[in-house]
Amino acid sequence: MDKNQSLMKLSKVSKVFLKGSVDEVTALDNIRLDVGAEDFITVIGSNGAGKTTLLNVISGVYPPEKGGKITINGQDVTRLSEHKRARYVSRVYQNPHIGTAAKMTVEENMSLAMLHGQSRGLRIATNKKYRELFRSVLAPLGLGLEDRISALVGTLSGGQRQALSLVMATISKPSLLLLDEHVATLDPKTNRIVLELSEMIVQKEKMTTIMVTHNMKHALRYGNRLTMMHKGKIIVDIHQEKKSNLSVNDLVVAFEHASGERFSDDSIMLRNADS
Amino acid sequence: MDYVINLLSVSLYEGLAYGFVTLGVYITFRVLAFPDLTVDGSFPLGGAVAATLIVSGVNPWLATLVAFIAGICAGLATSLLNTKLRINALLAGILMMVSLYSINLAIMGRSNVSVLRNATVFKQTAQLFGIKSTTILSIIFMVVLTIVILGILNWFLRTEIGLALRATGDNGQMVRGLGVSTDMTTIIGVSLSNGLVALAGGLIAQKQGFSDVGMGIGMIVMGLASVIIGERLFRPRGITTILFAVIGGSLVYRLFLGIALRLGLPPNNLKLSTALLVIIALAIPYIQKKVRGEWMPPAKRM
Ligand SMILES: Nc1ncnc2c1ncn2[C@@H]1O[C@H](COP(=O)(O)OP(=O)(O)O)[C@@H](O)[C@H]1O
Ligand SMILES: [Mg+2]
Repeated sequence: MDKNQSLMKLSKVSKVFLKGSVDEVTALDNIRLDVGAEDFITVIGSNGAGKTTLLNVISGVYPPEKGGKITINGQDVTRLSEHKRARYVSRVYQNPHIGTAAKMTVEENMSLAMLHGQSRGLRIATNKKYRELFRSVLAPLGLGLEDRISALVGTLSGGQRQALSLVMATISKPSLLLLDEHVATLDPKTNRIVLELSEMIVQKEKMTTIMVTHNMKHALRYGNRLTMMHKGKIIVDIHQEKKSNLSVNDLVVAFEHASGERFSDDSIMLRNADS
Repeated sequence: MDYVINLLSVSLYEGLAYGFVTLGVYITFRVLAFPDLTVDGSFPLGGAVAATLIVSGVNPWLATLVAFIAGICAGLATSLLNTKLRINALLAGILMMVSLYSINLAIMGRSNVSVLRNATVFKQTAQLFGIKSTTILSIIFMVVLTIVILGILNWFLRTEIGLALRATGDNGQMVRGLGVSTDMTTIIGVSLSNGLVALAGGLIAQKQGFSDVGMGIGMIVMGLASVIIGERLFRPRGITTILFAVIGGSLVYRLFLGIALRLGLPPNNLKLSTALLVIIALAIPYIQKKVRGEWMPPAKRM
């Protein structure tokens, strides 16, 4: 049955900020996670639960505390710097400004992304063949980006920029795609376009994906596996069959059961009215 | 009439020669967003290296090349201080600038070295064509060199590495996420920038006939002024037009300077006037917003 081979393993991964000070925070607390190659995992959790920190540790922005270990395809990447780990990992951030370079054109941004995680040399980075390719991947978004190939990215709307970030993060077909509340700042319509697009690309390219969201319905609708984080721990991890029958209320119950706390809308921004 | 021609030709030569400094300043300040102050030291470094080598009998072309390489080393040192030892960019540049003052004195053995009696790249070029070394010749020389260097930069900044370098100043987080070491791109950019600046220093020392340890004072401010003039005047879009605008800015700046001097601006006030020009250019956007009642974030200190 197990054709879902393991792609990434996290063991004993912790992260403590401001260690030794009065403001010390344990953002990740002894995380253990086994991500299968066919997984599309959604991650929900309150503000400050450690979701972004988890993605930062996975992509190598900073290493976990001593004793923690991260392997991808069996290779130990725990101490690999962010730019070296880019060979495996690709990411879309919550803020569209982080995923794209404003003072460069759409074409230049895409060309930069084409060589994601590969070595770069002294070849001219843009060419006609790429241009055609870029048009053909941008056109289906329906955002008119294919006609703005030579526009500066800074002149695009937030939605256009985020859609571009997504295309840039996936065009090189990375093994692992990390999405960090990547539609949170978009208006409901673009929000939907970018989400559907994410799912379409993930399915088509069969990318292993971890998607952080603060929207319970999104967490339920997308992916094959749902995890919930709370105070630096993964407190709920629900797989395929069980996940498809889940409702928002089940999640609330699961949360209260696992955390031993009462679920409240204002302290925990899990439930979300929109879409 | 002679008067005007003289003014134009001197501005043209100087604008092109200092254009390399402007290109260097453009690469660090604008492309990398790395406010590099090494420039005030790497400019006289180029002069010191070229003049000292020429006086000791080295071929002036080779001496000029070594000056360029010396500048690269200075930029390398600054960028290593920043990327490997995590010293703030401004401070790293200041530390190198101060160090270079002593280094330049050590290279020359005194505060200035004359090459008036020695072969220079300008004199040798004149000899090659069997003509006298004149301003016209130095203009042609600089035009050719500028075209070559603009061509190389225009190519380099479009390559895979060049694109990553340009994105570094724009969005370093993204560049790292795409698998490029921003330490590496910073090192390449800052080194290249200071190489260009030292090349200018080496050429100008040969043209004016001497190298002086104080010849770099105010180079950054001059470079910034030229970059700003180029950007405001030509409003470039795309890397090729930007490169031309930067050189254009340098030319216009020199022309202004020449006119101001003829109109009686005391040479001693040159640096102050240039600084004022930069202050005004930088303050205008702020003042405009203030007048319109827009909000501005508090001043940055780092
Ligand atoms: N660089 C940092 N320095 C100090 N504290 C941090 C840093 N990054 C995150 N934290 C803290 O770690 C906790 C988890 O943050 P984060 O992972 O961003 O949460 P989430 O993405 O789930 O909202 C929070 O308490 C946050 O304040
Ligand atoms: Mg977050």
